[in-house]
Amino acid sequence: MTFFEGNNMTAGYNNGPDIINSCTVKADKGEIVALLGPNGAGKSTVMKALLGLLKLKKGNVLINGEDISNLKPQERVKKGISFVPQTRNVFAELTVKENLEVGAFLRTDNIQNVIDEIFELFPVLSEKKNQIVGELSGGQRQQVALGRALMIKPSVLMLDEPTAGVSPIVMDELFEHIIKIKKTNVAVIMVEQNAKQALTISDRGYVLVTGQNKFEGLGKDLLKDPEVRRSFLGA
Amino acid sequence: MDFLNAIILLLNFTILPALTYGSQLALGAMFVTLIYGVLRFANFATGDMMSFGTMFSVLLTYYFQSIGINFGILPTALLTIPFAVFMMIFYMLTIDKFVFSYYRIKKSPPVQLAMVSVGVMFVTQAIIRIIIGPSDRRFLDGEKFILKATEFKEMTGLNEGLTIKSTQIITVLVTIIVVSIMFWFLNKTKTGTSMRAYSDNEDLALLSGIDPKKVVLITWIIAGILATIGGILYGLDKSYRPFVYFNNMLPIFAAAIVGGIGNPYGAFLGGYVIAFAEIFLTYAYKKFFSYILPESLEPSSLVQLLSTDYKFAISFSILVIVLLFRPSGIFEGKKI
Repeated sequence: MTFFEGNNMTAGYNNGPDIINSCTVKADKGEIVALLGPNGAGKSTVMKALLGLLKLKKGNVLINGEDISNLKPQERVKKGISFVPQTRNVFAELTVKENLEVGAFLRTDNIQNVIDEIFELFPVLSEKKNQIVGELSGGQRQQVALGRALMIKPSVLMLDEPTAGVSPIVMDELFEHIIKIKKTNVAVIMVEQNAKQALTISDRGYVLVTGQNKFEGLGKDLLKDPEVRRSFLGA
Repeated sequence: MDFLNAIILLLNFTILPALTYGSQLALGAMFVTLIYGVLRFANFATGDMMSFGTMFSVLLTYYFQSIGINFGILPTALLTIPFAVFMMIFYMLTIDKFVFSYYRIKKSPPVQLAMVSVGVMFVTQAIIRIIIGPSDRRFLDGEKFILKATEFKEMTGLNEGLTIKSTQIITVLVTIIVVSIMFWFLNKTKTGTSMRAYSDNEDLALLSGIDPKKVVLITWIIAGILATIGGILYGLDKSYRPFVYFNNMLPIFAAAIVGGIGNPYGAFLGGYVIAFAEIFLTYAYKKFFSYILPESLEPSSLVQLLSTDYKFAISFSILVIVLLFRPSGIFEGKKI
């Protein structure tokens, strides 16, 4: 049994057709799991289902063996599941520090040492802690977004395309940060368009096609798999 | 001496009244901007909600007077503020529960909510008419003047008198206190930060565990405080007449939009921009010029740019000009 798992999830938006069909995603603490697949494969939908933004028609979501399929997103956050959406993932009108404080809204203990840990992880945020996030660069904003999500000290961190729209250099930097986060014993699940790079840093990967698991395996195996390469990595 | 007279004249007839009127507008504009920022709709019931809160203050003032309670030299109405605010918040929460929340949960577009608020406006107007009627009421008691024109003339020997009404000082002081507390609350407290976060990015706020119900509740509470106090101050300074409150909605909206809607700092300053513009543009400067110009150049007309009947046209023009050239408001800065 893995720490966090979504088993045989079937879900769609409102009364529309099912976007994901019997899809299974599992992640353990301290590993990075990449969700890959062509556009419209249902990668983001899987995340929404795991987070509870979508109601499951079938299947379940378990954390540490506990069934949380019927919990609302906010209640899942309390269970230690944190999510960084692809867009609008920061409070652009608030300062860096306020963003982190809001991220820790559910915590009642002293959050200053958590903030210090985040600043240690992302030194650039410490320099700009009183700046309005809307004025930061794309890469710095992504770090704020990651920092905000880490404020609850999550055991599962879900990232929806964390490197969308940033330059390759910033992308490498962000991936390094994600590896650092994983080393703090967090299960990281990420959806990525940059499949090659994502698989390079991932422990395991899932390739989804039309809402179903098509391939899964260790990151490096998927990277080598000729069929995966041909269909999704463009080589 | 003439120069001093001219200054006193302006101070007495334009600057002091504009500061007072501006404070009253600022409170209303902050109400508009807060509702807009957090609940995301333009609340057309603003004027009448201010009127509703003031109505309780008027009724309670009469009641307090009848049982012999007063506030010494200060208006009895100040004593009624907590009760009036309480009734106002109760009314707002009731309206929210039975009217606005339905559209909020349905995620109706803002324009639909604005139309709903027009409905709330009519209902509120009707309730006010049923309870207190449409007539003009004065409920100011206590000491009316801090400084009378004649006293000032005796003190200084100037021709022009300076009158400082107690309501003017009370308005400015109360506004400073209320606004400072509100800014402190929004910027320094956890709840205030969560409100700003909710206003900035609702989805992410939900994911961060912010309870939208609590944010909405706090917003109505603050809005109730702002509307009631703004309304009472206006009523004390001028008089309480429900229809006038409805009319005040235009300058209040103009102030909120001039300041950049959703931006409470802007709304606060916007109130003064509108008030000063209205009063400076409708003041008759004949006497002022007769003090500072030599006799030969003395104007024969009133030197009044616009008749006071047109004061709403000024708010409206400013509103249109700002929307054309600086739609995000003339003040840069943090949004709520």
